[in-house]
Amino acid sequence: MAADLIIKLENIKKDYVSEDVKTCVLKGINLEIKRGDFIAIRGRSGSGKSTLMNLIGLLDVPTYGKYYLNGKDVSKKSENEKAFIRNKEIGFVFQQFNLLNRASALDNVILPALYAAVSPHDRRKKALDMLKKLGLEDDIKKRPSQLSGGQQQRVAIARALMNDPSIILADEPTGNLDTKSGEDVMAILKKLNSEGKTIILITHEKDIAAFAKKTMLLAEGLIETNHEK
Amino acid sequence: MRNDDLVKLSFRSLFANKLRSFLTTLGIVIGVFAIIMLVSIGTGLQSYITKQVSSLGSNLIFVIPGTNEGRGPGGIVVNKLVENDAKNLQLRLRNLAEVAPLVLQSSTIKYKSKTDKQAQVAGTTANYPKVIKEIKLDRGRFFTEGQEKAGAKLAVIGSTVVERLFPNEDPIGKVISIGSNRYTVIATAQERGAIFGIDQDNFVGIPIGAAKKQFGVSNVTGIYMSANSPELVPIVKKQTEEVLLKRLTEDEFTVQTAESSLATVSSITNILTIALGGIAAISLLVGGIGVANIMLVSVTERTREIGLRKALGAKRKDILKQFLLEAVILSVTGGIIGIIFGMGASFIVAIFLFSTVTYWSVFLAFGFSVMIGIIFGMAPAIRASKLSPIEALRYE
Repeated sequence: MAADLIIKLENIKKDYVSEDVKTCVLKGINLEIKRGDFIAIRGRSGSGKSTLMNLIGLLDVPTYGKYYLNGKDVSKKSENEKAFIRNKEIGFVFQQFNLLNRASALDNVILPALYAAVSPHDRRKKALDMLKKLGLEDDIKKRPSQLSGGQQQRVAIARALMNDPSIILADEPTGNLDTKSGEDVMAILKKLNSEGKTIILITHEKDIAAFAKKTMLLAEGLIETNHEK
Repeated sequence: MRNDDLVKLSFRSLFANKLRSFLTTLGIVIGVFAIIMLVSIGTGLQSYITKQVSSLGSNLIFVIPGTNEGRGPGGIVVNKLVENDAKNLQLRLRNLAEVAPLVLQSSTIKYKSKTDKQAQVAGTTANYPKVIKEIKLDRGRFFTEGQEKAGAKLAVIGSTVVERLFPNEDPIGKVISIGSNRYTVIATAQERGAIFGIDQDNFVGIPIGAAKKQFGVSNVTGIYMSANSPELVPIVKKQTEEVLLKRLTEDEFTVQTAESSLATVSSITNILTIALGGIAAISLLVGGIGVANIMLVSVTERTREIGLRKALGAKRKDILKQFLLEAVILSVTGGIIGIIFGMGASFIVAIFLFSTVTYWSVFLAFGFSVMIGIIFGMAPAIRASKLSPIEALRYE
């Protein structure tokens, strides 16, 4: 396997069984993502794009197939090992922002560092840097409810960057934002990509997917096109 | 995750729901408070009784008619103890113990126009002060063996009798009457106070011969003995039984030592203390269920938060520890407050009644509250730690 491949999926399948009815959501995904790539996965709802996202984000396990992250097979890792990899290697950006309402912007950004046991001084410094980088230096003490949607998503991006992950997984990051804020968020992701982060974007919007270097279409649990832009 | 972060995190979550945390803690406070309070009262009662019994003297041995267990047919004791038994015992136990027979009856005492109803009239021998060493004379001397043999009508009176009959007079040398007989007061005893609420000072001591005639009895109410040292008590008890068995059957008398009566009392108060503590422990258990309940609610409410934390890299044990710690903080805080209130209340009760804070009950209550936190926090914490991050994040 080429050294610059950060993610490689080999014939990944995912079935869900509920009430004795088996549903095949992913029917054999083969995917290679290079380090520093910016890839958009497009698809309608029900196409399996969220399931794929969860598998790539190590939140879910495939029913079949192999997943190599940084050249290592991670499909058989234990819960704890996966938590460790998520913490160090993957930054999540969710559609719902998923910020803790009781905590300040700063504390929200610090959260991943708590689970990496970073010292209070270092993590505070790092979080302040991240918030500043995203133009939130005046909002560090504010709670999510005191921030606009765009600001909340930027706090979430700062949080995703906290432990210096190599991959950013963004699941419909603009889904809850107005066009202007959405474009801002995409510009930030683009900038992060130019700084070397590998970005995987999930969206159903064509113009949002257009920010990525590559787009692939997911339909009926299979990747239909895989083309360079 | 760093331990200091874990502690801060748990405190922060608890402070976010102040009222709820307070009420949950209150359940534990009440449980721990009740345990310490009730055990203290039980123990206090026990030490009060022990003190009272041992104030009678630990060398003391009593011979009483009948048995402790059953009191013969129809519950009537046929008293077969006589003064001669005491004499035999004194002969046999010459160097081991002092013996005094006792004829007890309550009676009305008169002096001029004053009366003392229900005074204990105790007919005994000159040896009595050697047996009951706690009786100290204020003034005068106890009657002698010579006076007793001569049939002299003399009386030694307790401080209550002095108060009632001689409020403004010197009793020594005065003549009091019991029924139709007249006795000369030759001594007064120092105040002894009440034991189990019974006034120990409302008594009149007279020679046993006079008492038998006075009340028309031939046998004695009991025989009091005092071993010369506490170590001799078992030997004296054994020999007393041997002496008495020559004349009486086993169920016609009982030899009681202070120790054996203490053991009986202790076993009763021990059961009482355990029963009280047990009842209190139930309320602590209920408090623990409160902790479990609120932790389960908290886990459900914070499902999304748990999912997010997991997605961001929280390991199962990080989540487990956080929720377990919250439960333990709730119950330990309750435990500490309960201990403070429980000890405080016990000390206040001790002023009016009896209550002794036993440190084992404090440690037990504290240990119990920690345990409750762990046990009742465990199920909700495990549930939280097992949540799948995807489902938790999807939870509305």
